[in-house]
This record gives sequence, structure tokens and C-alpha cells, in this order.
Amino acid sequence: MKTRYSIFSLARNAMNYHKDWEKAWRSPDPKAEYDAVIVGAGGHGLATAYYLAKNHKMTNIAVVEKGWLGGGNTGRNTTIIRSNYLQDSSIAIYELARSLYEGLSQDLNFNTMFSPRGLMMLCQTEHEFRAMKRTSHANRLAGLDCRMITPAEVKEIVPIINDDPACRYPVLGAYYQPRGGTGRHDAVAWGYARGADAMGVDIIQNCEVTGIRREGGQVAGLDTTRGTIRTKKIGVVTAGHVSTIMDMAGVRMPIESMCLQALVSEPIKPVIDCVVMANTVHGYISQSDKGELVVGGGTDPYNNYSQRGSFTALEHTVTALVETFPIISRLRMLRQWGGIVDMTGDRSPILSKTDVQGLYVNCGWGTGGFKAIPGSGWVFADTIANDRPHPIAEPFSLNRFLEGRLIDESVAAAVAH
Amino acid sequence: MLVVTCPVCGAEGDETDFHYGGQAHVRRPATHDPANISDEEQRDYLFIRHNPKGLHFERWRCDRGCGKWFHAARDTVSMEFKAFYGISELPPEELQAQAKGPWADYFKSRAKA
Amino acid sequence: MSGKPYRLPAGGSCIDRAKSISFSFDGKSLQGFAGDTVASAVLASGQRLFGRSFKYHRPRGVVGLGSEEMNALVGVGVGARHEPNLRATQVELYNGLAAVSQNRWPSLSFDIGSVNNKLSRFFPGGFYYKTFMWPKSFWKHVYEPFIRRAAGLGKAPEERDPDSYEHMHIHADVLIVGGGIAGLTAAEAAAASGVKVLLVDENPVLGGIADLSAGKIGDTTPAAYAASAEARLRGLSNVHILTRTTVVGHFHHNYLMAFERVGDHDPALLAAGAPRHRLWKIRAGQVILASGALERPLAFANNDRPGIMLASAVRALVERYGVAPGKNGVVFTNNDDAYLTALVLKQAGVGVRVADSRARPDGALVQQARAAGIEVNAASVISAVEGSHGVKAVKIAAYRKGQGRVITETRVDCDFVAMSGGWNPALHLWCHNGGKIKFDDAIASFRPNTHGDAIAAIGAANGTMNLAETMNEAVAAGEAAARAVNGKAKASKIKLPAIDEPQRGALEPLWFAPATGGYNEGNKHFIDFQNDVTAADLELAQREGYESVEHTKRYTTFGMATDQGKTSNINGLGVLSEATGKSIPEIGITTYRPPYTPYSFGSIAGALTGKLFLPVRRTPIFQWHTERGAVFEPVGQWRRAYTYPGAGEDKHAAINREILGVRNKVGLLDASTLGKIEIKGPDAAEFLDRMYTNTFSTLKVGKCRYGLMMNELGFLTDDGVTVRLADDHYLMHTTSGGADRISAWLEEWLQTEWTHYKVFVTPVTEQWAQFAIAGPRAREVLQKLESDFDVSNEGFPHMSFKTGRLGAYPVRIFRISFSGEQSYEVATPANLGRGLWDAILDAGREYGIEPYGTEALHVLRAEKGYIVIGDETDGTVTPFDVGLDGLVSKKKADFIGKRSLEQSYLKGPNRKQLVGLLTEDPQEVLPDGAYAVREVKDKPPMEMIGQVTSTYMSPTLGRSIAMALIENGKARMGEVISFPLEGGKVVKAKITDTVFYDKDGGRISA
Repeated sequence: MKTRYSIFSLARNAMNYHKDWEKAWRSPDPKAEYDAVIVGAGGHGLATAYYLAKNHKMTNIAVVEKGWLGGGNTGRNTTIIRSNYLQDSSIAIYELARSLYEGLSQDLNFNTMFSPRGLMMLCQTEHEFRAMKRTSHANRLAGLDCRMITPAEVKEIVPIINDDPACRYPVLGAYYQPRGGTGRHDAVAWGYARGADAMGVDIIQNCEVTGIRREGGQVAGLDTTRGTIRTKKIGVVTAGHVSTIMDMAGVRMPIESMCLQALVSEPIKPVIDCVVMANTVHGYISQSDKGELVVGGGTDPYNNYSQRGSFTALEHTVTALVETFPIISRLRMLRQWGGIVDMTGDRSPILSKTDVQGLYVNCGWGTGGFKAIPGSGWVFADTIANDRPHPIAEPFSLNRFLEGRLIDESVAAAVAH
Repeated sequence: MLVVTCPVCGAEGDETDFHYGGQAHVRRPATHDPANISDEEQRDYLFIRHNPKGLHFERWRCDRGCGKWFHAARDTVSMEFKAFYGISELPPEELQAQAKGPWADYFKSRAKA
Repeated sequence: MSGKPYRLPAGGSCIDRAKSISFSFDGKSLQGFAGDTVASAVLASGQRLFGRSFKYHRPRGVVGLGSEEMNALVGVGVGARHEPNLRATQVELYNGLAAVSQNRWPSLSFDIGSVNNKLSRFFPGGFYYKTFMWPKSFWKHVYEPFIRRAAGLGKAPEERDPDSYEHMHIHADVLIVGGGIAGLTAAEAAAASGVKVLLVDENPVLGGIADLSAGKIGDTTPAAYAASAEARLRGLSNVHILTRTTVVGHFHHNYLMAFERVGDHDPALLAAGAPRHRLWKIRAGQVILASGALERPLAFANNDRPGIMLASAVRALVERYGVAPGKNGVVFTNNDDAYLTALVLKQAGVGVRVADSRARPDGALVQQARAAGIEVNAASVISAVEGSHGVKAVKIAAYRKGQGRVITETRVDCDFVAMSGGWNPALHLWCHNGGKIKFDDAIASFRPNTHGDAIAAIGAANGTMNLAETMNEAVAAGEAAARAVNGKAKASKIKLPAIDEPQRGALEPLWFAPATGGYNEGNKHFIDFQNDVTAADLELAQREGYESVEHTKRYTTFGMATDQGKTSNINGLGVLSEATGKSIPEIGITTYRPPYTPYSFGSIAGALTGKLFLPVRRTPIFQWHTERGAVFEPVGQWRRAYTYPGAGEDKHAAINREILGVRNKVGLLDASTLGKIEIKGPDAAEFLDRMYTNTFSTLKVGKCRYGLMMNELGFLTDDGVTVRLADDHYLMHTTSGGADRISAWLEEWLQTEWTHYKVFVTPVTEQWAQFAIAGPRAREVLQKLESDFDVSNEGFPHMSFKTGRLGAYPVRIFRISFSGEQSYEVATPANLGRGLWDAILDAGREYGIEPYGTEALHVLRAEKGYIVIGDETDGTVTPFDVGLDGLVSKKKADFIGKRSLEQSYLKGPNRKQLVGLLTEDPQEVLPDGAYAVREVKDKPPMEMIGQVTSTYMSPTLGRSIAMALIENGKARMGEVISFPLEGGKVVKAKITDTVFYDKDGGRISA
């Protein structure tokens, strides 16, 4: 059992200058065999392992990770948490995730800093206004706490918004989800890692998968840079790198990897206590607890594995935000970066069994996976443990591309973050 | 910001002067045999993508130049363009030789035909 | 001291003592000289304290020399012109400058937040993650607001930025980053062969740290040589020099951003209309990185006290600004370079001694220092610093390499410390686009290794820390770059003078100095000053399993402050190396990300703000609409007239008037935004059959047909009326928003799939002004206009087309209707549009013609059950779903999207189908986008069966109407369904067909 984190343990450790804290997770060598192996120690992979152990008592499992845990998109996103999707199946998974976020710090005994500071989507054309009203009706009837708000309410919640009626896209209103917000992205990965580790899950970093072994139509194990691991269940949760891994098992994916741009400003005293998304002009913004304005940009338009910041997508986003929040003109960009996102044909995720028995895949979260982590892990663990899709995962199966049963969210918002 | 060269008009410009058109050499089944297309073929055509880490064959359009579509071969890690070639052409042979998976099969079948 | 406590009586190469400058710091009026920075001028006044740190609110002063400064951040300017978080070391003084300190309350010297420092034992790195979890609701409502208020450094301005920004695009054969000796020499070498050279430097003046360097180049000082090289370069037409400009990012294909501060240093320039900042977008053939190196602090207990500065910064203070850092100081070093500082201080009459961690320092500068009478304590470290708002004394302890505990120490009174831990090459730009680096023991730092792009690093940026080698590298790199550009192997004309510089002893890394009382037990060895990350925090992260350097960085926030780790990065790795026993290369390094230094959002947006944010497309009638008082709505980039309220009339009344005008008399609509594409060629008919779901090859010349387009997924994407002008010539209409998309779409298929088709696609949307004349009296208006063609109902029936003249105007005229009334769409060349518009209004006056806007148009079409792509469809809707089965050809073997319609889900049961809705209460208008449920429950969730797509109060029918996509809707005619609204109200509506008005269509062909 790990020491529980609390104000008391913190005080106790302070007496000894914090020399006695134990490791948040071990650094084990891989065993020869596991009941299941998760490939990819990002938020989704770690959450899957955590819920496999916690909900399904599968503790003889491992998570293998090419680099360091939480080093992919989990540590690169803009930390927005919301569930205001349009399609029923999307609402189900994102709202499961959002509700799990509400109690995640306590569940993991690790402060993941979920901050339901509210989230608004601005309506800046009549068409967008109608589309957001539709989303609002759908969300309300699905049981979400949400409402449409007036330009005056927008101004009250976000005083720095451009309310010049002569501006290019005046705000006509906004969709508002009061229990949307942000979380601390690294802490989500670390909290799940610590929680899974405490239940016996081996998290093996610096362990790259080089091959997937099959016996007939059944998964038999993994080749890695740290040796061969036997297992009959493999869950692939590698986001932008999913095509490469699934190729090893002969499964071709409906995925393209793109580079999504994000940036932060220098820290300033609080100016914006809400997540604001402006889909017409393509920009979204929130302010972190450190005071940095966190800004999501667009993706570079071409297939891309370079994980680098680029300027073009960022320029459009910043221009839009300077127009929407004029005071940021004199603030400065501190840091920009890119993350490799996995885009599906309908921009919705894949949570699925595959044609290979024992091979499961969780990917396609594209530009908006962080918000889904707890829900994704929850239903994917259930799918792996029981070898059948969890009801919430079912619509997200690979078969939908065969049947034309697409889950298209672009209807509701131009950007899906 | 990539520098792209149009093999049709010769214009060299920023990526924003061009339009990216996704994976190249995707065969549209309905053009050839519309009556006999399996769901799998249609899915592969619409959704399945090679998405390699490395050499990628792709389509671009010379948006602010001659307006023509053309092909490019690019490394998706280094971003280096290896070749630009016409929309009805196959890549240079040395790049065809480096192609993997379904692209390699496609180039072989085109070479025979 | 010259009337100012710390201004030296002479010296200061950058300042002009004849020009006094008044400015204020925290409201206090101060004087400085032209050429001063806020840092030098405030320090000259005797003020050491500049701000408070991020977490512990510790008092902090100036540490650095320029853009690497992490402590002395100030807000500059007032009101809308305020800018937070500026490095005081970079802010050039001007008359009236107002600077304020940050992150303190109520005042700089007495700050409530500094209680955090007293409690700092309870706030180790990563403590947030371990606490603030109970009770659950407290994070959002108690803990987080407190943390947010405490964090955040400076304040944002509260008003819109009054200054302007601009972009410049430039191609350079050779871009040289950094105008020190290395960059200047490389520029000369490259420029000699005639290539276009762009030399960019961050500082107001070129020369880098030549003025702070020892030795002779030829028979002059490095500074004099730099000046002469600059003079030679400025005489060359192929060399462009930018100062006050920082190359902030290196991106794919040698694309670089450079951030120029044009007007920050001189309000008069701004007043004269200069942009405040200029962003240079550079495409470089070759890049030479001569960005120099950044000095490392040393990690010793309380190394953050105001008055502890980098040795080079102390040197600069004396040499450039004639300011003494104090009266009596200690130079603490592990290398020879800092001895230059000791010598400079000595010469300026400031008391100084040296503590050197090395056992036997004996380089030339060390010998010079000893010869000058400076006391040098070898094998010594600073083990303690006394004083909190400044330095009162330090303890100097005997030290042997690797020693962890202090054994003997001596207290030395002093009021400042100059520290030097060696120099880190500024290789950030090298790394932005994936350059590889390697660790070099000689400098105890990383230096550039290989790079996939055409970029080379020279001089200190390359880890080369002496002049002679630097200049050789510079010449070689300059020549190589020029050769790579022009392909010639021409030798440069640069002849390097002889270089005489002091021989230097080896540096010995010192990653932390043992402290009085023992390391780790309450002593704070700061690594990242601004974010208050100490060596102990880094060790704690390791102990807790955050072993990857990226984990350590994120857990402790080391390297994430506004200096982005410039001074802290390598020191942190050194501490981690000693803590883990791994070498620094084994630990690895965090990724350097753009930008090198922060740059303004304003500069990124450039001129594209306010009116220039996005272009507005205007129809030829825009001016008329404006004069008529139209309310506009944005439709794509267009502005369309939404309605035309009269005096005292609200929008609602105006829209109703416009609708009834069309139904009862005649209305005029500006439909110019409608997409128009000409399709011509022998294969045009076959091509359109591929593009549309219905057939156009059978269309007769002179006839119009409504067409539907799908994407390859089988979903509706556009619609419109297309006319056959000739056998091989069609004119296609698209939606206003779809015009550009559809013409590109047609081109794509022509060029990439059916390459053998002989077809031209020509978008002509802007070439034509187009108006709808609609209403029972439309024909009479046409007649009045004196057409040269037959306008009788028989001669010009519904869905036909003519060309001819209306009075003076050549027109293309379509008898088509989106209102359900007798209707003509008249197109004339755009430049004649306004004339024809006026003529139609004149002719129509006696028939009661009125203009109508887009909202009336939408109601009119909804009354007739016509769909709007984007309202009735949303990217998931097939032609069958909207009841247009008849428009999907069963005969054609292939058209875009056909095969997908056969996929099981698209032809499956329970799809949502378009229906009409009549509310039980005819005065009740269903809200936009309202959802119907299978069964009304007390509270959500409720199962939804479909949604409203269009909903209006119909003035024609005197009741509300709506269309909706409802599960199995076609089979539910007559059924009453329920729409639960916000607040518990439930609206009931009966399912009907979608045509609410003139069901037999008699009016349209009347």
C-alpha cells in the first residue's frame, strides 16, 4: 500500500525535508507473460490499466511505453474537459468521462485538479447560433447541465471579450456548460499510473513494441526492445502511432496522423475564468492556474509525424483570438508545440475489437482525447476484460466504417476539442 | 511552412499557396466496376489509409498558381519532399522501390498494366 | 559616486551622460541616461529589489544581461499601452517611461505572499498533487482561486491595444542569427561572394559580447574590430541588417520568424505611425547560427538574493552603463572567464575577491587577477548568503570536488556576488526543428551536432569558446553557405587578422555547492529562479519516480518559466546527474520549443485586426442595402441583407412585411452571392451526370433542372439549379457558401479521376449580379422593363431560361423559384448590377415591389417545404432522408456517393426523415433545434427521436410551421410528438408533409 497523499502526510514529510516519500510508481522489468498488455502509457492506456485492475481485478497486466509515461498527447493538449457533443453515442462516452473527472482526485488520491470553471462556445453567425441551440436541446434532454446564454451574460463571464457590435463576427450568444472546464493533464497520467502501479500493474517505460505475435487468428504476444512478452490480450492505445503498431498485426486502420498546434502565453494575473471556444474564427482559450493563457490551434493540413510546432496554423488561431479578446495583443507567446493526433474518417474515436482475437484498439481521439480519458479507460477495460464491446463503446467499433454508421460531430462544431 | 514546387507550372511557394489532398494512388472502385463493389472495398477506398511514418505519396493542388493537381512524395517525419510528379504519373522508380504495403502492390500492378 | 549612489564617475560605453532621462519605477521618479536599460538605471539608483518570485514570493533582483533574465520582470507603460513581464535588462529607457514591479501585494518591499517562503518546507516541488483534495468542492471554490490569484506575474492591460503591428516577408540566401564577432565575420565571408545576406541581432547594437571580451584582434580590441566589421557590412548592398530583432523560431524548410521591436524604445516613433512590432517571416537558403552562449548561474544556498548576478552581467553593468553592482563583492566561479569581471571591477575601484571551486586555477586571467592584487580563494565555494532583500555577507567554505558537507568556512562582508558556472551554447534555434546535440565535457554543456536542414552553428553557439577558432569557423561557415547558394567555389576575400587572447584554464563543473547546515535541509539552491525550483525539488522528483527529465520538468516546473530554462536547464541536469549517478547525456534534455524568447500576440496577428481581420465580400448592391438601412448577416465571407426595417419598424415586422409583399405583390432579392459555375466542353453532360445524383445529360437546351450533390459518403453537400445553355455548355448554381468549395470539387474530380473528360470549369460567381423578382406581379415588372424576349407564361414557362435584354441591360434570365411564387432570376454583368437593380425597382414601383432579405427568403421557402443545405441537412443526411428519392437516379451506373448509399446503415430502418410539423397551438413557434422525445419524462434523460431543422411563424398562413428530421417520420404522418423545452414546458406538434402552402404548386407556374 502506498502512503496516502494528504495535508497530514505532507506535513509529516516536511519534518524530514521530504526525504521519505516513496516512488509514485515502480520501474519494473517486463515479466515473461501477462494476462493482458496495454501498448501506450498515455492517459487512455493508463486509465485502461487502472480500471482493468480496479473494476475487473486483472492485476497481472502491463503497460508498455516507447518513451516516458504521459509523454504523448496527454502531456501536450490544452486540458479542456467537456461533454457537450451532439450525437447520443458521443454524449454517452464524454459525459461518463466528465463525471468520472469530478471525483478523480479522490478516487486516485492524486490531485488531478479538475476545475469545472465553465465552458462556452460562442455563436458568431446565425447558422452557428442555430446549430448550438440544437446542441443545447440535445444535451439538456440527455441530462447534461447546459444552457444558451446571451451576449450580456457572455460579457459578464468573460469581460475581456470583444463586444464591439461592429466587429467582424459579433457574439450573438453562446452555448454554456457550467460543469465543463479544465484539468491538469500530467496529473491525470501520473495519478492513473500511481493508482495502477499500487494494484500491481507493471508500467514499463522505454520499452518499444517491435512486433505483435499471432498464432492463427489469436494474439500470442509482443516483441519489444526489452524482450518478448507473452499475452493473449493486447490493447493498443497509441494515438498518432496507432497505424504503425496495428500494421504489425496486419490490421489496417482508418486513421491519418496530423500535427495539432498549441501554445501558451506568458503567465499573467487572472483575466479569464472560463474556457471559451470560438468555432467560427477557429480558436479556443483558457487560463491555467499558473496564469498562462492556453490556446489551441489548428492542425497542419498534411500527414505529419514530426511533433513540432509550426507557424501557419498558429498564426490563424492567434489572429482570431486577438480579434476576439483584443487585450491579449500586448501579451506574449511563451511556448508552442505540436502533438501527433490520430484522425478518423468521421473524426470520432475507435474503441473496438478487431479481426484478430485478443487484439483491441482504442484510438482516433484526434484533437480532443484528453477530456475522454476516464470514460475511455473505463469502457475499454470492460471491453478487454469481457471480450465484448461495452455498450458505450459499441457505436465506436471499427465496423461502423463498413456499415456507413458514422458518428459525425462536425455538424455541431467546426473544431472538436 | 513547407516549400512546395508544382511540377506542372513550376511555381515554388509556401504550403499555403497550395492545397493538400491526402493520400495519393487511391483507386476509386466505382469508376471501374460500379456494380460489383464489396462493403470492404468501399470502406478501404473511403477510410483506410496507409499513414506511414516515413515515405508518403500524396496529392497537392497548385491553388494560387496553375490550379492543377499533382503528386508528391514526402517523408512524414523529416518533411522533406522526395519528388513532385504529375497527377497521372507514378513516382520515380527509386521511390516506387521504397514504397511499402498496399502502395508497393499498386505500383507493381500499374507497372504490369 | 557621481550624484547617484552606484553610478561610477566615468565609463559606460552605451550611455550618453549628456542626456538625462526621467522615468519612474513603482511610481518613484528616477533619473538615468540615454542608453540605459531599466535594469541599469534602477540599479544605479541603489534599488536592488525588482520583483517577487512565482511561488514563494521571495525578493528578487537583476541576474542577467539580456533576454535570459528571469527575475527582474517589470510591467511597462500605462493603461492600454501597459505590457507585463518585460525583462528590465532589455527595456531601453526613454523619457516618461513608467515601470512597475510585479507579483507583490501590497508593495514590493512588504509582500503578504512572502509568507509562502516561511512555509516553504510544506510546499516542495509537486506538492499540489498531494493535497487540496478535500473536501471535493474546495478545489474549484477555495484552493484554486487562491492559487490563481497568487500566481501569474504581471497584469494584462484592460483596453484594446492602440498600437499597430505588421508582417514582412523576406527571402535571404544566407540568414545569420547573431551579430557578435562570429556573426559579423560569417556575414563578411558570405557577402563577399555577392549572395543576399540577412544579419539579425536581438540587441540595439551589434557586437554581441565583444565589448566584454578579452584579447586583441589585429591591433584593436574585439569591440573595435566588431565596429569596423559592422561598418564594412553596412557599406554592402547585398547585406541587410536588423537590430532589436530576435529570431524566435526555426520551422520546417528553413522558415524562420524574427520579432523586431520597432517602437518599444521610442514612443515618438509610435506617435509618428511606426508599427510597434514587426514580424519577419524569413525563408532562408542557408542559416548560420551565431547566437552565442548564455552564462550559467551557480547553485549555492540562497543564490537568489538580490545582488547576486551573473559575472557577465556585472561586467556589462560596469563597462556598458558605468554602474557599480555594489561596493564590495565576491566573484564565485568554476572557470576563468569570470576573472575578467574581477579585473573590470578592480579597475573600476570596486572591492572584489574571488572564490573559485577549482583546486588549482592558473589560467592567464587568473594570473592577471592575482597580479592585480585580487585575493583568489581557490578550492572554495560560497556556502551561505546573509541578507534577504540584498546581500550582507557570504560565507566562503573550503571545497574539494565532490564534497557534500561544509567543514570550514569564513564569513566575508560583501554587498554583491558575481557568479559564473560556465557558458551554455544558445542552441535553442538549432533544436526547434530537430537538430541533434551532443554533450561536451570541455564546456560541461550540450553543443550542436547534426541537423537535417541547411543550418550551421558557429562560435559560442557551437560551443567554441575562444576568438581564434570562432573566427575561423565563421569564415568557413560563411563561405560554405555562399557556395551552397551560388554553387561557386569562390574563396572569400576575408583575411583574418592575428588574434591574441588569454590562454584559459579548464572549467570544472560545479552543479551545486555544499551549504552551511548541510545540503537539502532547508537550504535553497535555486535552479529555476522564477519558478522557485530548487535542487532539492529536483531530487525529490527523482526519489518519487519522476525519473524521465520530462517528468522532472513537469513535476517541478523547472525550465518552464518565462525564460524557458535558458539559465536553469543544464544546471538542473547537473543536479539530476549527481543525484542519480547517471551522466548528463544519459539523463537527456528536455525539448527546446519555439519561441526563443516570448513575442507579442499582436505581432503574430500583424495588421489583421479590426476591419482587416477578414475580408468582407460585397455584392454590387451592397451600398444600396446599406443606404436602405438593411440589417446584415454574415454568410461565409459575404454580408447579405437579412431584412430592411423601415422607420420605426422592428426586424420581425419588417420580415413579415417582406414575406407578404412577395406573396401578394412582388419582391426583389439580391441573390448575387449564389454560386455560379460554367461547365463547358464535349463531355460536360457526362461529367455532370457523375457529379449530380440526378441526370443532366437529358436536360434540353434552354431548360433548368434542380440538382442534388452528395459527397462520396452519400451525404448531401450542395444543391442548386443548373441550366443547359448549349449542348456542351451548362451554367450551375450552388449555394452561396458552397460556391468555392464546389468549383474546387469539380476541378478535383476532373483532374484526378476522369482525366480524359474534355471539360472546362469556370467559376463566375462575381462576374454576375443576380436578382430574384418574385411574386404574383413579377411578370408585369418584367414586361414593364421592356424585354426583347417573350415573357408570357407560355413563351417563358417555369424552369426555362433565356438570354436577352431588359431595357439597356444584357441579361441571363431563369424562370425558377425558391419562394413558391411566379419568379424570375435575372443576372447581368456585375458592373451593370446596380443599374439593373434600380431599374427593376423603378419598374416595379407601381406593382408595389419591395426588397426582401435572407430571412424572408428562408420563411418563404420553408412555407413551400424547400430544403436548405446546412439547415435540413447537416452532413449526415442522404437524399432519401429528405424525401428527394426521385432525384436519385436509378439508371446511372455511377455518380459521386452512389455506392455509399447502399451501405447497410444508410439504407437501414429507423433513419430520420424530413417531415413537416404543425404545433397544436398555432401561435406557438418551436424553438430552433428543439428535439422530440419518444416519451416525456419528469426529468432527463429522455430518448430523442429527432430534431427541428427549420421553424418559423408563417405570416402567410398566420400560424407556425416547422420542418424536422424525425425517426421513421414518413410513416408517422398525423402523429403528435412532444418537444420538452427548458423549464419543463412541452410543445406538441403534429407530423405533416413538408409543403405548407400552395400544395399543388399552381402559383409557381401561374
